[in-house]
Amino acid sequence: MTPAPVWKNPIVRWIDYRLPVFSFIHHQLVDYPTPRNLSYWWNFGSLSGIVLVIMVMTGIVLAMSYTPHVDHAFDSVERIMRDVNYGWLIRYVHMNGASAFFVCVYIHLFRGLYYGSYKAPREILWIVGIVILLTMMATAFMGYVLPWGQMSFWAATVITNLFSAIPLIGEPIVAWLWGGFSIDNPTLNRFFALHYLLPFVILGLVFVHLWALHIHKSNNPVGVETKSAREEIPFHPYYTIKDLFGLGVLLFFFLCFVFFAPNMFVEPDNYIPANPLVTPAHIVPEWYLMPFYAILRAITFDIWFIPAKLIGVIAMFSSIVILMLLPWLDTSPVRSARYRPIYKQVYWIFFADCLVLGYIGASPPEGWYIPIGQIATAYYFGHFLIVMPLLGIFERPLPVPESITAAMGMPKEAGR
Amino acid sequence: MIRFGLVLAAALGLGVTLSAEASEAPKAPAQAWPFNGPLGTYDRNDLRRGLTVYRNVCASCHSLHLVSYRHLAGVGFTEEEIKTIAAAVEVEDGPNDQGEKFSRAGRPADRFKSPFANPQAARAANNGAFPPDLSVITKARKGGPDYLYGLLTGYKNPPAGFKVLEGMNYNEYFPGHQIAMPAPLNEGGVEYPDGTKSTVQQMAHDVTTFLSWASEPEMEERKRMGLKVLMVIFVLTALLYGLKRQIWAALH
Amino acid sequence: MSDTTAHAAGHGDDATTRRDFLLYATSSVGAIGVGLSVWPLVDSMNPAADVRALASTEVDLSPIQVGQTITVVWRGKPVFIRHRTADEIKAAGAVNPEDLVDPQLDAVRAAKPEWLIVVGVCTHLGCVPLGYAPSQPKGDFGGWFCPCHGSHYDTSGRIRKGPAPKNLAVPPIVFNGTTVKIG
Ligand code: FES
Repeated sequence: MTPAPVWKNPIVRWIDYRLPVFSFIHHQLVDYPTPRNLSYWWNFGSLSGIVLVIMVMTGIVLAMSYTPHVDHAFDSVERIMRDVNYGWLIRYVHMNGASAFFVCVYIHLFRGLYYGSYKAPREILWIVGIVILLTMMATAFMGYVLPWGQMSFWAATVITNLFSAIPLIGEPIVAWLWGGFSIDNPTLNRFFALHYLLPFVILGLVFVHLWALHIHKSNNPVGVETKSAREEIPFHPYYTIKDLFGLGVLLFFFLCFVFFAPNMFVEPDNYIPANPLVTPAHIVPEWYLMPFYAILRAITFDIWFIPAKLIGVIAMFSSIVILMLLPWLDTSPVRSARYRPIYKQVYWIFFADCLVLGYIGASPPEGWYIPIGQIATAYYFGHFLIVMPLLGIFERPLPVPESITAAMGMPKEAGR
Repeated sequence: MIRFGLVLAAALGLGVTLSAEASEAPKAPAQAWPFNGPLGTYDRNDLRRGLTVYRNVCASCHSLHLVSYRHLAGVGFTEEEIKTIAAAVEVEDGPNDQGEKFSRAGRPADRFKSPFANPQAARAANNGAFPPDLSVITKARKGGPDYLYGLLTGYKNPPAGFKVLEGMNYNEYFPGHQIAMPAPLNEGGVEYPDGTKSTVQQMAHDVTTFLSWASEPEMEERKRMGLKVLMVIFVLTALLYGLKRQIWAALH
Repeated sequence: MSDTTAHAAGHGDDATTRRDFLLYATSSVGAIGVGLSVWPLVDSMNPAADVRALASTEVDLSPIQVGQTITVVWRGKPVFIRHRTADEIKAAGAVNPEDLVDPQLDAVRAAKPEWLIVVGVCTHLGCVPLGYAPSQPKGDFGGWFCPCHGSHYDTSGRIRKGPAPKNLAVPPIVFNGTTVKIG
């Protein structure tokens, strides 16, 4: 790490001597050494961070006009759409922003899977990332409840009822979550409180994520650590400009949805005010939760004395938690899929499996969808528990270049 | 990794087609609405006639409680017109200094008057069926305006062998085909101030336009702003790309 | 930070100028873009359309007795309507506006002399002055007295003593027979 510059501005120097914020920023954002061969897939970490900031900013002003009460929530959201200055814009950005956030985070995650970014010494970095994903899901779910439409209400009912699967204490826990004997005003109120709180928890986790990242620095498409200063470039201006360009592209597509198809990801039923007496014919979660919803529903049978409902819930949570164990389940010493010919295939099969699960999660639980969902669920776990451990042992990797510079000397493998 | 991107794009496409299907009734045919597309706007004459249809037909059962009379200013109604429209209804206000409710003429700031005091009264007056509020109706139904138009023009004689329950009506596009609402639009049912002939199609078209506006009053501004914003983002992104190329050129 | 951008070297003067131009063009467009996108967030906190459209308040004046003051609510603020006595009107008219902190003629403030209608918000820091109920102090000038920091208003609602800089505001009013419309 290069020493911090001597600050010319006396005020900056005065502050920095006492609280080295400027040196910190300089080290972590300006001078921060980054592998020179990162591809555009490496943009999605910072993009996720920016979307998070957009979500927090729009969320705070939305909260100023929203009323968390069962009698007023739906109308207050429509009042935001009609009467609050730019309210429609802010709400549509926030609503579609959730989707954009998950798009970025999922690409970020699948990039990590492809290039083995979870392997030593970045296990904690990876685990913190999965915790962020879990927190995001909880936040998104509670946010979905706030407009108090039909989907809001029934999503809240279904998801909170998952906890009733817990033996003995399940029912009391559900009543505790609800603050009553059904989803009602206390539930909405606490969901609002938590929906406001959790993003700040995510911000904290992002800080830890970055902290861990900055200890061992970014992985890269070759998957070998940087070996010399020649292989590193300062974050600023190289990656700041690259990230900003990526942000421009993301915003372009994102705003296309916001301005021209703002309700594309919304079920029309959520524009019907919540009615505790009528369940919509087909309830589905938001697209980003569908694969997990499919896993939940895949378990239609009791195992031994454990009821199906409980196994489904366990399976669903395990499907995320299992990602945390990946650094140990993947036994291959090679990081990047570029040099793992079989893993490369397996990776895409796994990716397709996730898409199938997403499709099943969106479909009604009937006919062929059930066995397909079960097979896809089995494969999902098989991928982690069987394929990954064995592959590391039996796969013969291609020769891994000894350094990034060596890899970059090779024709046609520049990575983008 | 390009393949990755393609698969992802395909996946998104999949999600889109998915959400469009799954309904028991045939999909209502798409209409060429002037407000479709990135430049579409609500036809002002359609809207005016649509308001006439809503006030004379729909309003006897369906509320529009999220829309205020003053909102009409957003689509070209003058202040005087709005005052007249609002003053045509009696609204309950109060309590006054004596603690009593009283009724007065409507004002622009009032919401559209609801036909029934509460959902129970609405049910009681409609054989137990609840006429839904229409404020966000095109956002709240799959197919939006197309569905609404299909429904309003979709009253037919049931096919042979189809048993329509007592008090129900056959409709081609209503899920399950049995709808409690009797055909609301009848040839010549309203008298348009602009002299347009009030055919069922015309009235359905007009009132659907009006209700689409009621659901998405921000649409015109949204699209207008969207074009400008996207243009700026496009230029900015192109500039950023140029700058990125230049900065990175120093590396190779 | 500016000193660190320099080390993305350009080749010769031409390249440097071109890059500088691109940098400035991009930064300006970007800065304008950020500015414009923050505005909706800020503006959303301004009064919304339904708040701005709040109906005006209409008050029946007939039950108010001479010497009595009533308080009505207009835009969420108290408005004092005082049916002034002949003495009060005389006192208000006798003042030479030149001597006032905020010079104004009583005739301008009360188009119908027997009715004084003012917004009941102290122009100092926003407290509601006393003097709207018979039991309350009316201050040294027989109008209103703000207990927060001791402002005295006269029978025309004009500031006479104390820290407040302005007279009590007169809302837009229209008389219509025995009723008055505020706003
Ligand atoms: S607020 Fe009235 S005197 Fe300060």
